[in-house]
Amino acid sequence: MRTNTEIGYDSKIEGDVIVTRVDAALNWFRKNSIWPMPMGLACCAIELMAVGASRFDISRFGSEVMRFSPRQADCMIVAGTVTYKMAMCVKRIYDQMPEPRWVIAMGACASTGGMYRSYAVLQGVDNIIPVDVYVSGCPPRPEAVLDALMKLQDKIGQQPVLTELTALAAFKS
Amino acid sequence: MPPLEFVQKLKTKFGPVISEPAEFRGEITLNLSDAGRIAEVCEFAKTELGFDYLVDVSSVDNYGEDPRWTVVYHLRSLTQGNELRLKTEVSEEKSELPTVMTIWKTANWHEREIYDMMGIRFSGHPDLRRILMWEGYPYFPLRKDFPLAGKPTDLPGVAFAKPAPLEGGPFVTVAGGKDAIQREPRVRTPEG
Repeated sequence: MRTNTEIGYDSKIEGDVIVTRVDAALNWFRKNSIWPMPMGLACCAIELMAVGASRFDISRFGSEVMRFSPRQADCMIVAGTVTYKMAMCVKRIYDQMPEPRWVIAMGACASTGGMYRSYAVLQGVDNIIPVDVYVSGCPPRPEAVLDALMKLQDKIGQQPVLTELTALAAFKS
Repeated sequence: MPPLEFVQKLKTKFGPVISEPAEFRGEITLNLSDAGRIAEVCEFAKTELGFDYLVDVSSVDNYGEDPRWTVVYHLRSLTQGNELRLKTEVSEEKSELPTVMTIWKTANWHEREIYDMMGIRFSGHPDLRRILMWEGYPYFPLRKDFPLAGKPTDLPGVAFAKPAPLEGGPFVTVAGGKDAIQREPRVRTPEG
């Protein structure tokens, strides 16, 4: 069947073959199905629910599968104030997530402690776990969280997966 | 029962340990000079005067004064609509008074919070543990001599705490400033 659109991939010429790099393909798999672990600790978690609901709809970005078990999640979204009493629990849950894993610090409290310059509040979740994307706002708009997710997808897209995997294989053998 | 009547009943029952009533905007405050009798007074207030609801128990740190602690009980009668505030003072050396949990069960968590934040103990309390901070936290953070930024602690496997960076704060807002720069919270020392 003839079409008048010109695209890079022509099934008439290339058949069922797509030429790409393994890195790019693996990253494409990874970044379009990030399963988030909602670490809801305060009012940001309410806004995170809005991100998952129909109006903002996080499933447009392949991340609708919110998992409440860290073992099934790729990305922890720390939404809210991390108190010192909760800090070790957050760390333990992060440690239970399988590699590769990412963290979004959602809102002022998770990023820096926010307005709580206090004896009871951890001054930024990056004191205990590595954070990939910080989102400003108190709480952030759902669009800001989606933007953070897209930023994280860009970041995942640039990771040299294959070199990491071969290095890991070399390390194990 | 009109307010003055229950004050009179308390005074005839307990005599000079109950102070003269202080009235402010229709609310009556009584000072109890012997903190050890607070449970007795509360028992009487509940059974004889109808104060069936304990609204709140709170504590005040009069740092630098003796006695250091004031414990405040807010009582309400749901049937008669009366309010009564009972205050009693506790010295720092003693830091202990009887629980009222046996009279109103709601006092359980109120007293735990006072113990957690101020370090005042309640004798006879069945479960006097910390309620907000974790078990093993060594300080009482609502005391006036506890710094705003907190103190470093470390309890391996449970929790740690570091002093918060106040960056010269605490930050203070000024009401009635003519522009946003003057009104927003900034570092303000008493001198400047």
